[in-house]
Amino acid sequence: MLSSMEKSIAELRETFKNGGTKSISWRKSQLKALLQLINQNEDSIFKALDQDLGKSPVESYRDEVGVLKKSVTYTLSCLEKWVAPKKAEVPLLFFPAKAEVMPQPLGVVLIFSSWNFPFTLALDPLIGAISAGNTVLLKPSDLAPACMSFLVETIPKYLDNKAVKVLAGGADIGERLLQLKWDKIFFTGSPRVGRLVMAAAAKHLTPVTLELGGKSPAIVDTLSTTPSKAKVTAKRIVGGKWGPCTGQACIAIDYVLVEEKLASTLIELLKKTIKRFYGENIKSLKNISRIVNKHQFQRLVNLLKDPNVADSIVYGGSVDEEKLVIEPTILLDPPLDSEIMSEEIFGPLLPIITLKNIEESIDFINSKSNPLVIYAFTEDDTFKKRILSETSSGTVTFNDSMVQFLCDSLPFGGVGQSGFGRYHGKYSFDTFSHEKSIMHRGFYPEIEPRYPPWTDFKLLFLKLAYQFDYFGLILLLLGFKRS
Amino acid sequence: MTSEVENKPVFCTESAKELVKELRASFATGKTKSYEWRLTQLNAMVKMMEEKEPQIVAALHDDLSKPELESSIYEIAMLKNSCRLAVKNMKHWMMPEKAKTSLVTFPSSAEIVSEPLGVVLVISAWNYPFLFSLDPIVGAIAAGNAIVLKPSEIAPATSLLLARLVAEYLDSSCIKVVEGAVPETAALLEQKWDKILYTGNGRVARIVMAAAAKHLTPVVMELGGKCPVIVDSDINLQVATRRIIAGKWGCNNGQACISPDYIITMKDYAQKLIDSFKYELERFYGKNPLESKDLSRIVNSNHFARLSKLLDEDKVSSKIVHGGERDKENLKITPTILLDVPRDSLIMNEEIFGPLLPVFLVDKVEDSFDVINSGTKPLAAYLFTNKKKLKEKFVATVSAGGLVINDTTVHLAEPTLPFGGVGDSGMGAYHGKFSFDAFSHKKAVLYRGFACDAFVRYPPYTRGKLGLLRALFDGSILGIIRALLGWSKA
Repeated sequence: MLSSMEKSIAELRETFKNGGTKSISWRKSQLKALLQLINQNEDSIFKALDQDLGKSPVESYRDEVGVLKKSVTYTLSCLEKWVAPKKAEVPLLFFPAKAEVMPQPLGVVLIFSSWNFPFTLALDPLIGAISAGNTVLLKPSDLAPACMSFLVETIPKYLDNKAVKVLAGGADIGERLLQLKWDKIFFTGSPRVGRLVMAAAAKHLTPVTLELGGKSPAIVDTLSTTPSKAKVTAKRIVGGKWGPCTGQACIAIDYVLVEEKLASTLIELLKKTIKRFYGENIKSLKNISRIVNKHQFQRLVNLLKDPNVADSIVYGGSVDEEKLVIEPTILLDPPLDSEIMSEEIFGPLLPIITLKNIEESIDFINSKSNPLVIYAFTEDDTFKKRILSETSSGTVTFNDSMVQFLCDSLPFGGVGQSGFGRYHGKYSFDTFSHEKSIMHRGFYPEIEPRYPPWTDFKLLFLKLAYQFDYFGLILLLLGFKRS
Repeated sequence: MTSEVENKPVFCTESAKELVKELRASFATGKTKSYEWRLTQLNAMVKMMEEKEPQIVAALHDDLSKPELESSIYEIAMLKNSCRLAVKNMKHWMMPEKAKTSLVTFPSSAEIVSEPLGVVLVISAWNYPFLFSLDPIVGAIAAGNAIVLKPSEIAPATSLLLARLVAEYLDSSCIKVVEGAVPETAALLEQKWDKILYTGNGRVARIVMAAAAKHLTPVVMELGGKCPVIVDSDINLQVATRRIIAGKWGCNNGQACISPDYIITMKDYAQKLIDSFKYELERFYGKNPLESKDLSRIVNSNHFARLSKLLDEDKVSSKIVHGGERDKENLKITPTILLDVPRDSLIMNEEIFGPLLPVFLVDKVEDSFDVINSGTKPLAAYLFTNKKKLKEKFVATVSAGGLVINDTTVHLAEPTLPFGGVGDSGMGAYHGKFSFDAFSHKKAVLYRGFACDAFVRYPPYTRGKLGLLRALFDGSILGIIRALLGWSKA
């Protein structure tokens, strides 16, 4: 007796097997339907995001709705190109032969999304999976319940139910899903759960993409250039920390590295900017999301419990448990062995770490595991080159924060503990495809030396052939080369 | 460093930890990142093959009775080509790739930079013990990594030779060989690697991936499967037969991941096909194939027993139409063909990996696709036909790592084609530039300036900003102008 979950998955397999998702017209129709879903339900989406995370419509548009619309539009415009087989060069030796690489859907894929960008992180991978011709089971996070409900109710109204399904539920549903066999699993979340996902995938040899996190630093070296650049730097740091879901983002700035002598300048600039953007204090806080739930709230509050950490607070620190709000908080040089400096913060607390010389940031960053992003505010080209070659991260962004997420031509993914695999743009299509090699041969001419019985002549022939030494081959065949 | 030999230290978890620590320190010096280092190592590998070919051929003969030609061409020459291709193209591969930017991030420039992953583990297989050890290493070196190689203990002469040659020719501070069996492999798998490339079977692959999961280590798995050959009736039968034989018994006597595993053909055509096989097999291997020097032997008694079991199954043993002779002492089985084996027999459900070729019958050639798709996805699939529509259907419906039409196995020699599996036959790919990519992290880099700071990103969030954001995302200049002038809806 199959459970309803198993029946759903069986239906997805059947649909895939029958070729229901193969045609470009099907894929395009689904993508267009997704675009319609977003366009026709913007207000409901804004409402759900406000309910779950206190996001303002502008933040929701900037980080979720707008991103998705752009993604679908871009995919629709490129799909035919992506689906087309790519020719591969064939050496003369194999003439006449044709070789190509053809992308094929993997089959039935499972997407786990996270709670902090509940639409983007669910639907952006979905765009990739559909464009590559797969059937999909989407499991949104139950920690953003209004958004999850919206997806469960609305997706069936627009997309092909036999090919795209959404399943509500918590960790237990997630665990049950992981016991089953999938052709790909795409996971966005924490490294801890990432390990569990990969271990489960190993049982079925299912390939996975893991979009995890880490402590994404911002190196700040542009405060002593011009006042306007310093101001823009501060804006971009503030925008890159508290802008995305009040710091609850894998690519939010986790901590800042700055030279000792410039720390107070930075802090003053940050304070001014914070007040301008978000209000003077916790009571008048606006234009900012809230903490998702009590558990995350408590975790963040606990980071500040350590007296040495609490002592290092230079701005903010107030919390409102009822409203699940923590005001933008800046810390100056908290102890390096404190939890706030060893765990990914994922919240509105910004440690500033001072260094004697900004070049020390490279060693500092390398003492921690590879982050998803390194932000570096600097105009020193030599320093930029050093950062690129001496550190490792998913991405490096110079002189800004967050915007790399919007580039369809840049792969988005981690390295080391921040994950593996990537997506966005064509990378989304590729991540859900198998690149199948195809070689077409004719029956003529035949290369006799391929076949036994083996002789010295055949050995020499093949040696020359493998070196593509056509001249040598001619000499051999004409009798001018001896074996 | 094997645990069987007296007076040699046992390679345990501690040793593995120390080894990785040493390699991480070497990697941290930046040595492996330099172009010169990578070039020196690859050139040294070519030199090793030029100087030590006889020893390599001898070791392969010890381990597998591999004919000299197979060793020289399918292991050594292929590897040399791999090195030469990397040497020729490495500079180009190492260069950052420019990426386009759009209006949304204007003004900006972007690129993708390849960087080494760090310290990588290559676990090799016994059937092409030289090639499958060093070919991945070519990619790992070209991409600038430090490397540990674990050759297969089932090919011990080659494993020992590899340990010696790598120490003699390559930089031992960055490239090391760990010999051994299950305990040594387990000790290695406990460590944190930046990438693992495993060639072998599905059972061990699951263990490798589960171990990798603990450290979030990405993996490439080169596995196997049952590679089918569909034979249509309108072909040049002699050429097709010879090419199937070359891919089956000519590749380590069928002990290869891309060897034709079984044939699917029409009931009406089967006898003609089998007659052709019989004729060509005798031309290649003589009347007494047990004595032919041109056939590898079965690697060991375990595999001999496994293959014997496939032949002795009741519903199959009566289906042998050619060969079937065995020499247990010398671990030889003659090229064997079976006709009309049942779909549910062991030989039709397990990867054969040996010199047995079942012929499965269908009414019409189109029925073959369902047969193939009812099993797990193989590493390769082959079709012999002249019909255009059949070729198209084959390419569109059969999911496999790679496909070849009118030949077998040759796609392996084509470095512009990614070599890897899908589903149970594996994940990830290598060869040519794909090897370089497999061992690289492709780092996205975005360069921004301070001019044109888009105020619309920042709070306070207003309806006007919402309108402007819409226009910006839509990429419409007109829309942006309208929004700026306050003419569009928020």
